[in-house]
Amino acid sequence: MKNTFRLRKGLDLHLVGEAQKFVRQSDFPAEVGICPTDFTGLTPKLLVREGNEVATGQPLLTDKQTCRVNIVSPVCGRVKAVVRGERRKLLKVIIETSSAADHYTMSLSEDAPLKERLCEAGLFSFIRQRPYDVIASPDDTPKAIFISAFSKMPLAADFSFVVKGEEGRFESALKALATIAPVFVGVPSEDYLPELHEDENINVNVFSGPNPSGNVGVQINHVCPVNKGETVWTLSPQAVLFIGRWLETGKIDFSLKVAVGGSEVKEPGYVETLLGAPIKDLTGSVDGHKRIVNGNPLVGIKSDEEDFLHAFVSEVCVLPEGDDVHEAFGWIMPRLNQHSTSRSYLSWLMPGKKYAPDCRIKGGERHMIMSGEYDRVFPMDIYAGYLVKAIITGDIERQEALGIYEVAPEDFAVAEYVDSSKLELQRIVREGLDILRKENA
Amino acid sequence: MLQEFFDKLRPSFQEGGKLHAFRSVFEGFETFALVPNETSRTGVSIHDAIDSKRIMSFVVIALLPALLFGMYNIGYQNALAANAVAATSCWAMFLYGFCVMLPKIVVSYLVGLGIEFTVAQYKNEEINEGYLVTGLLIPMILPVGTPLWMLAVAVAFSVVFAKEVFGGTGMNIFNPALIARAFLFFAYPTKMSGDNVWVSKDTWFGLGYTIPDAQTMATPLGEAAAGKMGEMSFADMLVGLMPGSVGETSVYAILIGAAILLITGIASWKTMFSVFVGGGLVAWLFNIAGMDNAVAEIPWYEHLALGGFCFGAVFMATDPVTSARTESGKYVYGFLIGALAITIRVLNPGYPEGMMLAILFMNMFAPLIDWCVVQSNISKRAKRLKP
Repeated sequence: MKNTFRLRKGLDLHLVGEAQKFVRQSDFPAEVGICPTDFTGLTPKLLVREGNEVATGQPLLTDKQTCRVNIVSPVCGRVKAVVRGERRKLLKVIIETSSAADHYTMSLSEDAPLKERLCEAGLFSFIRQRPYDVIASPDDTPKAIFISAFSKMPLAADFSFVVKGEEGRFESALKALATIAPVFVGVPSEDYLPELHEDENINVNVFSGPNPSGNVGVQINHVCPVNKGETVWTLSPQAVLFIGRWLETGKIDFSLKVAVGGSEVKEPGYVETLLGAPIKDLTGSVDGHKRIVNGNPLVGIKSDEEDFLHAFVSEVCVLPEGDDVHEAFGWIMPRLNQHSTSRSYLSWLMPGKKYAPDCRIKGGERHMIMSGEYDRVFPMDIYAGYLVKAIITGDIERQEALGIYEVAPEDFAVAEYVDSSKLELQRIVREGLDILRKENA
Repeated sequence: MLQEFFDKLRPSFQEGGKLHAFRSVFEGFETFALVPNETSRTGVSIHDAIDSKRIMSFVVIALLPALLFGMYNIGYQNALAANAVAATSCWAMFLYGFCVMLPKIVVSYLVGLGIEFTVAQYKNEEINEGYLVTGLLIPMILPVGTPLWMLAVAVAFSVVFAKEVFGGTGMNIFNPALIARAFLFFAYPTKMSGDNVWVSKDTWFGLGYTIPDAQTMATPLGEAAAGKMGEMSFADMLVGLMPGSVGETSVYAILIGAAILLITGIASWKTMFSVFVGGGLVAWLFNIAGMDNAVAEIPWYEHLALGGFCFGAVFMATDPVTSARTESGKYVYGFLIGALAITIRVLNPGYPEGMMLAILFMNMFAPLIDWCVVQSNISKRAKRLKP
């Protein structure tokens, strides 16, 4: 019998264009792009130059601070371009793929500590930590490792479908991680991953309830909250699968099934592709007044056709942009096709209805006016509104007291969606965490 | 079509345009006519359709039943004072009340929104919708006899000193509408209480009757405070054809507004409910205490129906900005408002109405209540740290 946590707060959004359960094979990408900015908190140092030949699993970048956490190439090929932004910030490393199948040979033997081997293999860079929601440091000893095996975000990929056929690898990776610290896996129901078994160091907890119950931060808050000075590591289930493949074959295999959905996608489904694949391989060409989101509509990043699949996403969506929509007198119209949690609209009378929202903010930014809006969709023992205020005012002691070490920007995604004051909560929290990390360094 | 109209006007309001000084006004009207089609750049890609315009519009809608009844009641009281109720049609009474109220509402909006637009222009911000509610509330909580110039002064005072100095809607500590009333109450007490302010005494556009100055009419609470118990039945109190501030008299009309606010979820049922619990309980305690005081002897349910109690509980105590913001804090906040309001009514002989001061007083303490609630969460977290 697994532990069950019933969460009441939150909001499940039903959107048009959920990925159907079939897998489309896409052509092997002609180029892949790695975006160092996905690896939050890492200071990347380039190890290759334009024109260099790289093998699959060869380090492209390493973390300046630790000099051990590598980001490796998902393919074999030639470095085509290194794209930099303002102040020479590294934005992308683009690799032209070749038909060769060279694999990088690791220098560490199998007897070396797992942490070090993960670092060299480029898999450690997929481990994040709380506090700060940044890439973990191999020097830390976490008190636990958390993996949420599901996501309730709108249009998110269903991991139980993605993992089909590789359940054994998933479990062997969990066993390996359990040698570092106790592992906690969150599932939405008892029969979600039927082959997953608990043992001494692998705990499986059931979290039932609306989005964001699939957020790993919410699960940590209910099982073993992070205190000041403690560290908890978190992994996406996809990253666990990467580790499982590597443990079995000794090779890096970053192929994955991405859910492609959204109201502007003709045949929403899963696409088998590679991490860093070009977005247009997944979505096809997308013309004006549509938005490609790298990730799901609540947490994902606005992208364009030239972008590449980000490292931590398991879905890509195409939504109407809405910048050509002119709607009159929104403050009084019934607006039957728009979803709202407010009962001044009628969506509460149509619970089963699916919506195809566009990307308009639908209102101006205001000070926080309504109370309790965030708490309604924030299933953690934290006063979200007060924490956000403490971040805005830069009061670090109060942020600590109110539990900033337990949160990540994604935990505020649903609150940002329902906010009638239209504050950019995820940006505010990210900036707050960055400042705090700098102060505490 | 609307879009073309605004597109044509926009250049003259932009930086360098002839009418740039009125940018905030233009933006205010544009966003009211058309939903802005600005899309999100960072964070969530999709947003809930709710915004503060929608919220404030629904509060205004919720206020309308009380306002319309208030207009009718103005005409009714005027006819009653002239002993001409039977000779006056309902429509004539309502029209008279409408003509009396319209200038007040116009003045309140002109002065208040004028200041808001100026501040928004100066701070280069968008105009806040909060005043749409405040601007309607202020004429509704004043006696009908308040002169227009007084109204204008009170509005200006409250918008500037209760709201804008704190940073605008969302940052204020006190409810601006109540500050306007409190300002008038302390600055011009003769015009805000007593027996001479509750009936409109002039004809307007040929409607209504001129009432001699000597003829006065007191509110039921005023009468009770003076030691005379009125003969009004509880049912009459619910209907509300009695002297009082414009919007506060009819319990039925206020209940329609309460239903709108509660169904839409805009007002917190926790606050509203606990105001009534607090008020009812304290009034009942005074009932059984056996004090020699006419106000104390008013049955607890009549206390809740009289004066500004209902109006305050439904529209003022539930103001999300100035009330407690934590869910458990709302119970305490509401309960204390109700309890204090009745206590002031009973124990302060000079002042027959307690709702205004009770709410303002609790506005001041709402942050303290929240502090206690949040602090318990903080200590729980701190305790976790210790082994």
